[in-house]
Amino acid sequence: MAKLVQILEDVTVRFAGDSGDGMQLTGSQFTDTTAIVGNDLSTLPDFPAEIRAPAGSLAGVSGFQLHFSSSDIQTPGDSPDVLVAMNPAALKVNLKDLKPNATIIVNTNSFETKNLRLAKYDSNPLEDGSLEGYNVLSLPLTMLTMNTLEDSKLSNKEKEKCKNFFALGLMYWMYNRPIEITSKWLETKFKNKPEIMEANQKVLKAGYYYGETTEIFTTRFEVKPAHLPKGKYRNISGNEATALGFVAASLRSGIDLFLGSYPITPASEILQELSKYKNYNVIAFQAEDEIAGITSAIGAAFAGKLAITSTSGPGLSLKGEALGLAIITELPLVVIDVQRGGPSTGLPTKTEQADLFQAMYGRHGEAPLVVLAAQSPADCFTMAIEASRIALTAMTPVILLTDGYLAFGSEPLKIPDFDKLPEIKVSHRKEAEDFFPYLRDENLVRPWAIPGTPGLEHRIGGLEKKAIYGNISYEPANHELMINIREEKVKKVQNIIPEIQLKGDEDGDILVLSWGSTYGAIRESIRNLRAKGNKIAHAHLKYLNPFPKNLEELLNKFDKVLIPELNTGQLAAIIKSTFLKDVIQYNKYQGQPFKVAEIENKIIELLGGNNVE
Amino acid sequence: MSNNINEVPVAKLTAKDFSSDIDVKWCPGCGDYSILAQVQRTSPDFGEKIENIVWVSGIGCSSRFPYYMNTYGIHSIHGRAAAVATGVKLANPKLQVWVATGDGDSLSIGGNHFIHACRKNVNIKILLFNNRIYGLTKGQYSPTSEKGKVTKSSPYGTVDFPFNAIKVATGSGATFVARSLDRDPKHMQEMITRASKHNGLAFTEVYQNCPIFNDGAFELLTDKETKADNVLVLEHGKPLLFGANKEKGIKLDGLNPVIIDLNDGVHTIDDVWIHDETDENPTRVFLLARFTDMPGYPTPIGVFRQFDKPTYDQDYHNQIDQVKAKKGVGTYETLMNTPNTWEVK
Repeated sequence: MAKLVQILEDVTVRFAGDSGDGMQLTGSQFTDTTAIVGNDLSTLPDFPAEIRAPAGSLAGVSGFQLHFSSSDIQTPGDSPDVLVAMNPAALKVNLKDLKPNATIIVNTNSFETKNLRLAKYDSNPLEDGSLEGYNVLSLPLTMLTMNTLEDSKLSNKEKEKCKNFFALGLMYWMYNRPIEITSKWLETKFKNKPEIMEANQKVLKAGYYYGETTEIFTTRFEVKPAHLPKGKYRNISGNEATALGFVAASLRSGIDLFLGSYPITPASEILQELSKYKNYNVIAFQAEDEIAGITSAIGAAFAGKLAITSTSGPGLSLKGEALGLAIITELPLVVIDVQRGGPSTGLPTKTEQADLFQAMYGRHGEAPLVVLAAQSPADCFTMAIEASRIALTAMTPVILLTDGYLAFGSEPLKIPDFDKLPEIKVSHRKEAEDFFPYLRDENLVRPWAIPGTPGLEHRIGGLEKKAIYGNISYEPANHELMINIREEKVKKVQNIIPEIQLKGDEDGDILVLSWGSTYGAIRESIRNLRAKGNKIAHAHLKYLNPFPKNLEELLNKFDKVLIPELNTGQLAAIIKSTFLKDVIQYNKYQGQPFKVAEIENKIIELLGGNNVE
Repeated sequence: MSNNINEVPVAKLTAKDFSSDIDVKWCPGCGDYSILAQVQRTSPDFGEKIENIVWVSGIGCSSRFPYYMNTYGIHSIHGRAAAVATGVKLANPKLQVWVATGDGDSLSIGGNHFIHACRKNVNIKILLFNNRIYGLTKGQYSPTSEKGKVTKSSPYGTVDFPFNAIKVATGSGATFVARSLDRDPKHMQEMITRASKHNGLAFTEVYQNCPIFNDGAFELLTDKETKADNVLVLEHGKPLLFGANKEKGIKLDGLNPVIIDLNDGVHTIDDVWIHDETDENPTRVFLLARFTDMPGYPTPIGVFRQFDKPTYDQDYHNQIDQVKAKKGVGTYETLMNTPNTWEVK
């Protein structure tokens, strides 16, 4: 039967089911295939903190959203066009987010009394008319999967687990993408379990052909490849990009990488990823706790490594004291804080930007350090290299802020050429002549003399240092001098970071100042509004301490400055106190990223009726 | 700041080469002076060049130690020395890494790092100065203070039971466990030298007198009059004998250590427990370590146990070598290119 093919500019798909239904896997397979066929894309997984909340319950719903397009996109999409719901709970949790007229593919086999009750449905939504207006495709996914595997030797339970691949196969057909990439992946993944590999391949194929042969599906969709800049690409999540960025920085600087880390959501993938790279001389030390994570890294920095430690908010709190040691010993160190909802355990799997104050100020004493923030999953790669470059060249601790949204989200990364990576000029001191541990160069940077080097034996530590010599000093004037030097040294980092760029209209009615992971939603909303003729300027901060040199000048060009943040206004407070500049706040703290529409509405409100629709 | 350019052969170094030019600032009469002296005296025998030795410490009186050694050193933060040292050793296994720590530093605030360093058998040497008191904060009880001890923070006596450092280290898997006394320099020198040669985590507890806040804590063990009856010197392959004329011995009656009199006409030297420090089974070490909790029993000093076990740092680096041999040394190209890379033309 000939089917219609409809060309679409972009599509947002959400896969949802029980935590145990394999939705993250289904989503990431769809993503990999979509990346390889050349679409621009952005993803957002959303899953509960519990590994397996009770099956069928609302709390146990796990989702994976993918936005793909034939043009340049920045966000995983505000509202899905398509929802694949594996059970009633998944339908209930996600329905409110869908676009009007969205397509819903449901597994009818799971819509039985028990699951309906667990999802707190009084009646079956597939039958009571509550889904009117949506394009509902009701399919017995479980039964279709079991039938496909009739001859398989697997247990019924094992067979049933393959049903997500039926849904995936069907989606591949609907969006005109090949199944081979996933099929090959299954071969590697289940190399030692051929029965499981074959069953999943069979079900994947069955799902694909089900779309082709069944009359329920009359239309296929096509999203043409995006016109991305020439080059080699790979799809990458924020955590992966962060890990790879540090390995790249190690290769670029010629200094081996040492990670000291303790598992914590949502940062654990950085530890896991770096544990793979032993043949790059990467030491990934899983420490006994957060404090050992950073203190082992400080030991490794003293011994001459590119030392880093990865964590999330609660871990950064525990590392606070040790950061002071890294500051006073002036050793290079990078701390990655993958922010999550806080305080305390808070919302471990959800995103927030509420650790900015902690990163800037969360230490005792006068303890300045460099703070950076990545703006997108792929940008984590760039910023990991930047964090390493600054730590190594300025001999200072650096905190790199990412967050759960970036960590788990993914997008294509254009792989930079090795020689296009920023240069990281650093070496361990060898000359014994005129060596003083705290004798500084013109940038106030002290020498990095490491154990094993004859003639440079010296002691450092947490007690105040005598300028130049590094011996213990309790002299009042020396303490003041050292505080000033440490402050000035961090300020001088301004000389080695880029200025902030203004995008959009220089004569705009409003400047939107953003930082971190809100970049995508803000950029997309400004682009939409400017396309309609509104005059808006946008500047995005990736360097938060020190700020880029030209920030103040740029802020003062605008009367209205809007700062949207996923916190109660931390950057706004810093900008106000640093530059005595009034700003307008827009804050959200629900554990969820901004939607494009939310930012658009806020800007329209501020344009005060002068907006162009 | 003195910077010794060390080109003379290692064997010719002396204690002076290991002494930094910093004024030592412990209280007069502090046991730490003796520990420093014995370490500096034995350092030339470690078989390491000065530049390859790193002293790491935490916080406390003991932890000023690295400043007085003319080696590389890092005076870190309270309790974390073992973790810092693990980082140094893992980063460069060629270094000989020492930790100077105290009872509060390693058995209270840093307990976690201490037990995990022991568990992993990181090839570092830990010298724990045990004075059973918090000295630097001026006299509060420590995790090794005896129950009932009156201190500034326990005016009515402590109600908590103390840690026994030998038991903690043994229970955590340390492969070298020893004890010595600040007033027994020869013995301490032997213990430190042996620790330096051990391939694995070497834990040495030194009973150290704090003349200001806990004076006389170990007097029974160091006073000429009482020493012989109260100290049991452990020597591998030798019977457990003590007393002025070695007339008393320890007999193992099942799992019960019993003090016997060799002059009673009933017992002979053949009844006495022979010390075997190579025994990997920790049972006998625990029996020995308990002597300090048993009234009338002598306090054992010496090597409680020493055996070989793969070290964490060596195994870690072996694994790196194996992965390199299998996958080849990684490059930027192999790092960035996955099977799912695509090209936009």
